Amino acid sequence: MRSAQIEERLFQALMLLSVFIVAGSLFLILLTIILRGLPALTVEMITRPPEGGYYLGKEGGILNAILGSLYLASGATLLALLLALPISIYLRIYGQRSRLSEIVRLAMDVLWGIPSIVYGAIAFTFMLWVGMRASLLGGILALAMLELPILVRGMDETLGSVPSALKEASYSLGATRLETTLRVVLRQSGPGLVTAVLLAFGRGIGDAASVLFTAGYTDHLPYSLLRPVASLPLAVFFQLATPYPAVQERAYTSALVLTLIVLAISLTSRYLSKGLLKHQIR
Amino acid sequence: MPRLHMRICEFNAWYGDQAILKNITADIPAQCITAIIGPSGSGKTTLLRSMNRLLEESEGARTRGKITLDGADIYAAGTDVTEIRMRIGLLAPKPFPLPMSIFENIAYGPRIHGQGTKRNRRDLEQIVESNLQAAGLWDEVKDRLHTPASQLSTGQQQRLCLARALAVGPEILLCDEPTSALDPISAERIEGQLKFLKEKMTIVVVTHMLRQTRRLADHVLLLWMGELIEGGTSHKLFHSPRDPRTQAYISGDIG
Repeated sequence: MRSAQIEERLFQALMLLSVFIVAGSLFLILLTIILRGLPALTVEMITRPPEGGYYLGKEGGILNAILGSLYLASGATLLALLLALPISIYLRIYGQRSRLSEIVRLAMDVLWGIPSIVYGAIAFTFMLWVGMRASLLGGILALAMLELPILVRGMDETLGSVPSALKEASYSLGATRLETTLRVVLRQSGPGLVTAVLLAFGRGIGDAASVLFTAGYTDHLPYSLLRPVASLPLAVFFQLATPYPAVQERAYTSALVLTLIVLAISLTSRYLSKGLLKHQIR
Repeated sequence: MPRLHMRICEFNAWYGDQAILKNITADIPAQCITAIIGPSGSGKTTLLRSMNRLLEESEGARTRGKITLDGADIYAAGTDVTEIRMRIGLLAPKPFPLPMSIFENIAYGPRIHGQGTKRNRRDLEQIVESNLQAAGLWDEVKDRLHTPASQLSTGQQQRLCLARALAVGPEILLCDEPTSALDPISAERIEGQLKFLKEKMTIVVVTHMLRQTRRLADHVLLLWMGELIEGGTSHKLFHSPRDPRTQAYISGDIG
């Protein structure tokens, strides 16, 4: 066998190995939370907040954390999206290759790498400064900061993949940049934008550190933007930290619920973006 | 002698530091097909894209000189570029339908120019039908106007792009190698539509095919490395060229 063929085989084997490692660890994590979390997954668990003695293994559920997490992540994703959309449109359509765009991209790359506890600390400092206490709003602000770089970079790449000939087709009909962006570019990049939003939502709903000081934790169902809310990642953390096996088991159930939520949202948005995919020009 | 519709006057274009067009001066007569021919890299497409100011959307492109439309310089300060592009349509080499239905593709131009809000749905339907007919596509798509345009064949997509350009009501249509991505039958249909359309509008076609030029063009501009080396009626250029390079090019010795 020639050395080039040996190289080819070697690299194929290496790639197979890495696929195996990635897929295998995902499978192990899923298997663990399903095996340990499924037995305690009851209707009561997902339809009721904690009641007297819940943390000793008695009645109640984690509805407070489910709703809290959904509110936190939805609010943060919406807020981050409102900022990220104009930013990424500027980066790709108006200020392409300008100095400002390069600075913004670099800043977003650095922000992406900052640990979420730092976002929590920054948001907390800001909240102390304006006299706000741990609340749904505080958590939304912290998570929105965490999600912003993910959204901007994801949308930036997606908008950048729109063929310039497609934009020119619109320009040559006498459309302005704004008309072209809103009616053609966003439509063409719809499925990619959905993926970016999903990625950001997933990152937001799964983060524990940034909501620790900013959103707090409570056994009550969320009812006000200015009151503390519970969240699933913290529910996992607190329940896992108790000495009671029954409560620890519920931590796995909470992790399972969190995973199912992300899965459900992922599947729904994929289904919804199918309509856009049909129109996409390749 | 037909009316002068556009005039290119001492026009230069650069990409970065590289000069693409050098001091071009040429006339575009009305209601004729003018072909811009020349070997690859001679600046044909750059000249065409300068004529509806699409060139400025490319990174690093600069121009100097005048191009007039009915006597008014389209590069003059304060010119509304969207109005210029509304009056001067463009058909690109590879068809790019917009990511929407066949109907919406045609209605796109009229809508953004306010014709969709002023007129009612019936008028819009009328615009879509008449322009699809003018592009010779109506019979093939009339039963599926609301399906994605991306599902059409390449030849149909190019005729859709033609109908889309016509729907804005341009006086001039610029065509950049409009048949280069098409099979011979689709190409023939596009050529036929262009010949039919020149009764009503001025057409400029960039092509590298001499046979297509002979079939279509009334006037010819021959570019060579960014310079205009010969221009005039098709008959004159093919039968009594002045420049030896023109002679060499049309006889197939070079280019």
